[in-house]
Amino acid sequence: MRAAFALALRTLGREARSGDLAVLFLALFVAVAALTGVGFLVGRVDRAMHLQASEVLGADLRLQSGQPIGAGYAAEAARRGIDTARLTSMLSVILKGDRTQLAEVNAVSPGYPLRGEVQVAAEAFGAPASMRGIPAAGEVWPDSRLLAALGAHVGDTISVGSADLRVARVLISRPDQGSGFVDLAPSLLMNEADLPATQLIQPGSRVSYAALFAGSRAAIGQFAPWLAHTRQPGERLRDIAEASSEVGNAATRAGHFLSLAGLTGVLLCAVAIAMTARRYVKRHLDLAALLKTLGATHGTVLGISLLQLTCIALIAAAAGVLAGFMAQQGLLALLQGMIAAQLPPPDWHPALMGFVAALLLLAGCALPPLLQLARVPALRVLRRDIGPPPLAALLAYGPAALAIALLIRWMSGDTWLAVAFIVGLAAAMGVLALAGWLLVSLVGRLRRGPGIAWRYGAANLARRRGESILQIVALGLGLAALLLLTIVRGDLIQDWQARLPANPPNYFFVNIPGGQRDAFRDLLAGQGAQLSRLLPMIRGRLLAINGAPVAGRGFSSARGEGFAMREQNLSWSDDIGTGNKIVAGHWFRPQEHGQPLVSVATDFAESLGLKLGDQLTFDVAGESVQVSISSFRDVQWDSLQPNFFLMFAPGLLDGLAGTWMASAVYRPDNSARIAELVRRFPGVSIFDVGQLVAQVRSIFDKAVLAVQSVFLFTLLAGIVVLLAAVQATREERRYESAMLRTLGASRRLVLAGVLLEFALLGMAAGVIAAAAAACAGGLIATRLLDIPYRADPALWITGGLAGAGLVCIAGWLATRTALHAPPMQILRQD
Amino acid sequence: MERKIVLEARDLTRKVSSPGGVLTIVDGVSLGILAGETVALVGASGAGKSTLLAMLAGLDLPTSGHVLLDGHDLAQLDEDARAKLRANSVGFVFQAFHLLPALTALENVMLPLELAGRRDAAQAARAMLARVGLENRTGHYPRQLSGGEQQRVALARASVTRPAVLFADEPTGNLDTATGAQICDLLFELNREAGTTLLLVTHEAALAARCGRRLTMAAGRLV
Repeated sequence: MRAAFALALRTLGREARSGDLAVLFLALFVAVAALTGVGFLVGRVDRAMHLQASEVLGADLRLQSGQPIGAGYAAEAARRGIDTARLTSMLSVILKGDRTQLAEVNAVSPGYPLRGEVQVAAEAFGAPASMRGIPAAGEVWPDSRLLAALGAHVGDTISVGSADLRVARVLISRPDQGSGFVDLAPSLLMNEADLPATQLIQPGSRVSYAALFAGSRAAIGQFAPWLAHTRQPGERLRDIAEASSEVGNAATRAGHFLSLAGLTGVLLCAVAIAMTARRYVKRHLDLAALLKTLGATHGTVLGISLLQLTCIALIAAAAGVLAGFMAQQGLLALLQGMIAAQLPPPDWHPALMGFVAALLLLAGCALPPLLQLARVPALRVLRRDIGPPPLAALLAYGPAALAIALLIRWMSGDTWLAVAFIVGLAAAMGVLALAGWLLVSLVGRLRRGPGIAWRYGAANLARRRGESILQIVALGLGLAALLLLTIVRGDLIQDWQARLPANPPNYFFVNIPGGQRDAFRDLLAGQGAQLSRLLPMIRGRLLAINGAPVAGRGFSSARGEGFAMREQNLSWSDDIGTGNKIVAGHWFRPQEHGQPLVSVATDFAESLGLKLGDQLTFDVAGESVQVSISSFRDVQWDSLQPNFFLMFAPGLLDGLAGTWMASAVYRPDNSARIAELVRRFPGVSIFDVGQLVAQVRSIFDKAVLAVQSVFLFTLLAGIVVLLAAVQATREERRYESAMLRTLGASRRLVLAGVLLEFALLGMAAGVIAAAAAACAGGLIATRLLDIPYRADPALWITGGLAGAGLVCIAGWLATRTALHAPPMQILRQD
Repeated sequence: MERKIVLEARDLTRKVSSPGGVLTIVDGVSLGILAGETVALVGASGAGKSTLLAMLAGLDLPTSGHVLLDGHDLAQLDEDARAKLRANSVGFVFQAFHLLPALTALENVMLPLELAGRRDAAQAARAMLARVGLENRTGHYPRQLSGGEQQRVALARASVTRPAVLFADEPTGNLDTATGAQICDLLFELNREAGTTLLLVTHEAALAARCGRRLTMAAGRLV
C-alpha cells in the first residue's frame, strides 16, 4: 500500500493542476467557507442576542423568592466559577420633609447588575449615561419620578425607612426593571450595606429576594439544572428563555431563521459534493481499470482515491475556514454602522465544525461512488462500455442521507426542526424527481417538434434521462433555497416588520384616577402627545375555576401557578385592540355588554387548562365576580401595545372603582414637561418604554444582518452547485458538439440545441423550485414565525426565468470552448 | 530444453445475454502457449479475439472452462489475487496506449514496479526508458509526446517488470505504418531479450507473420 499512497500523493498535485479535481476542491472550499462563515457570524450574533436577553434579567439565571435565599447557592456558584449578586426589593414610603411617595426600594450587592448596565443621569429626566458599580454606602439613586414627586434634587437627603441617604445620582434605568411595568412604582437603587439601618425588613413585611448568577455558557448550562433541582419550594428560577416575552420571542425567531439559512447551506454543500464526486468517479474509471490491469488490488484503488479526496477535503477545509472567517470579518467591517452593539469575539467551534463537516460530507456523499470506482472491472481497458456494477440504492444514498441528517441535527440544535427539515427535504426531492421524470418523458414524446435544434436538445434531455432528473433535482433544490432566501425571505421580513408598529407608543401611563382621566388626556394632548389607547384597569385575584377554589389546587407549570395565585390586572373595552386575534369563541357583541363574560389570552388559558364556557370566579375590589369564558385570544405581546390576559365584557365592572391606563407616542422636548405632568398628577406612574422598543429593534437589526449575510454565502454555494451540475456532463457535451460539427452542423445549430436543452432543464427546475419555496415559506411563516404568508405570484415567473437563464449561461460557458475549438482537436483528445 | 506451458486455456466459453437471446462470443476454445513463444491471434472483427485475450489475461471470467496463467487457475483466484498475479506476471500494451496523463513518462513506467513493491522503481524505469530510446523524454507528460513515443513508453511500462506473459491488443492500430513498424521491432526485441511470452491480437498480416505461431479465430472458435 505504501506505493499506492506515494502514488496518490504524488499524483495529487498534478491532478489538481490538470484541473480534474478543481471542481471538487471548489465545491468543498465554498461549502466549508459558507458553513464556517455562517457558523462564525451566527455564533457571534447568537451570543450577542444571548447577552442582550441576559440583560433583561441582569444575569444569566435569576432565583427569586419571598423568603431570604440561602448562601449555599452562591457558594456552589463560586465553586463553579460563576459570578453572583443579590437584589432585595420591597415597597416603602420615602420621605423628604413633609412630602412622601410610595416607591420600590432595591438594595443591591456589589457586582450588580451581572449583565447589562445601569443608566444614570445628573438630574431628574436628564440625559442617561452608563454607570459601572452601585451606590456607595450612605448614598441612594432615586429615579426621576420619585425625585419629582418628593421635590428633591441631587445632593439632597431623603429618608428610606430609618436611614437618611444622600441622593448621589438619578436612576434612569436598570436592565432588569422588566416589562411588567404596570406593577412598578417609582423606584430607587441603594447599597445593601445600608439595608439593616433602614429597618425596613421586619417580620411579616413583604420582601422580594433575588439571587443573580452569570458565567460562561458551559458553566451556566451545568449550573442551571443543579439549581433547578436543589432550589426550595417557593423559589422561582428564571432563565433568559422566559426573561421577557418581547426579547424572548424575537431571539427565538431569529435563531430559527438563522439555523434554517445555515441548513440550506449544508444542503447545497452536500448536493455539490455528491455531484462532483460522481464526476470524479466517472473520470477515474479508466485510471482505476488501468491500475487494476497493472496489478493494483481493490484496496489499493480505493486507497488512492480516498487518500486523494481526503487530502483535498482537508486542504479545502483549511482554506474554507480561513475564507469563511475573513468573509465574516469583512462583512462585519462593511456593516459596522448598521448594528447597534459590538458583537462578542468569535469562538473557534465553527473552524472545527468546518473540518468535521468537510470529512463527514465527503464520507457520506463521495464514499459510495468511490466504492463503486474500486469495483470497476479491469476489462474496461479493452472495452470502455463496461463500468462498475450498479450500487444498491441503500448503499448509494444511505450514507449521504445519514451524513446530511447528522449535520442538520447538529446545525439546528433542535430535533423537531431537524426532523421537519429532513421530512420537507425528502418530500421536496421526491416531488422534484417526479416532476423531472414527467418533464423528461414529455420532452421525449415531443421529439418531432420544430427544427433540428429542438430535436437535438430534446433528444439529449430524454437520452440522459437519469442524469437529467438528477440535475433537475439538484438545480431545483439549489434554486428553491435561493428563492427561499431572496423572494420568500423578503416577503417574510416585510410581513414581520409590518407587525412591529412603525411608530409604537413610547410612553405608558398607569394609575390615572377615573376622575382625572379627561384632564390628564387634555394635558397630554396639549403637550403634543398622540394617545393610542386608553383603558380602564382594576386589580383582581382568581378565586375559583368552575366553582373549585384555586388555592390548594395542583398546577402543571410554575407559570400557571403564578396566574392563579397572583393578582391580575383586569380591563374591558368595546374593541379588541391591535395585536389580538380571537382563536376560539367570539369578541363581545353589543348585546353582550354588561354580561358576566370574559375573554382570556391563550397563554393564560393553556397554563391553567381552561376551556370555553368555564366559570371563573374573581375577587375584584372585595367583591366576588363570576364570569364565563366567551373567547380565547392570541395576544401578540411584542406589538408594544397595552394588552391584558383577561378582558371583561364592557359594562360589567364599570361600577367598581378602578383607574385608567394610557399609551401614547410622546416626545416631551424637555424634562420640565414630564416634571409638570408628575406634579399635576402625582399618582400617575409614567413609563418610558422607548428603551424597550430600542432593545427589540436592535435585536431585530442583528437578526436581519445575520440572515442577509447567510444568504450571501448560500448564494455562492448555490452557484457552485449549478457549476457542478453543468460540469457533470461537460466532456460528453464537448464531444457531442464536435461530432455534430464534424457531421456538418453549424455552430449556431449546435449552440441552439444545447441552450434549448439547458433552458428546458433550468425552467423545469425553476418552476418546481418556486413551488417548493412557496410551500417552505408558508410553513416557516405559520409554524416558526407565527405570521400570515401569501406567496407572491412573481415567484413562479422569477423561478422559471431565473432557472432557464442561469442554466443557459452556465451551459454556454461550459460548452463554448467546444464550439470554438476545431472539432478534430476535441475528438482526438478523447 | 523442454519449455513449460505458461498460458493454457481449457474449453473456454463466454456467453452474454442480449435482447436477441444468449450470444456465444467465445465457444469452447482450448490452447496452450509455451514460455518464450510468440503467438498472433488474428481474425475478422467480432470473431471474439479481444474477449479471448481478456479471459486469458484474467481481465474477464469465462462462462465455463479454465485459464491457467503461470501455473495459477484464474477461476480459483478472487479479483485481488488476480490483480496481484497481473502485477507480477503480466504486461499489457494497448492500441490506445492508456498512459496516465497526470504522470510523466518516467512515472508511468515506475507505476507497475511500485505496485509490485519494487524499491528500485525509479532506477529500473529510467533504464527501461533508455532502452526504448526515450532517455531524454523521462520528464515529459503523455500529451507532450508523439503517438509513437507514447507507445514506446507503454512498451517500456509493459516490459519493465519482466512479465511472464505480455499481452498486446492491436499495438500498432493507432500508429502510421513507419512508426508502427518501429514499435513492432522494439516489441519483438524486448520480447527476445527478456524471454517473455508474447500474445498479440492484430489485424495486420505483416505483424502476425513475425510471430512464431498464428491462431485464427472465426465465430468464437479457433480454426
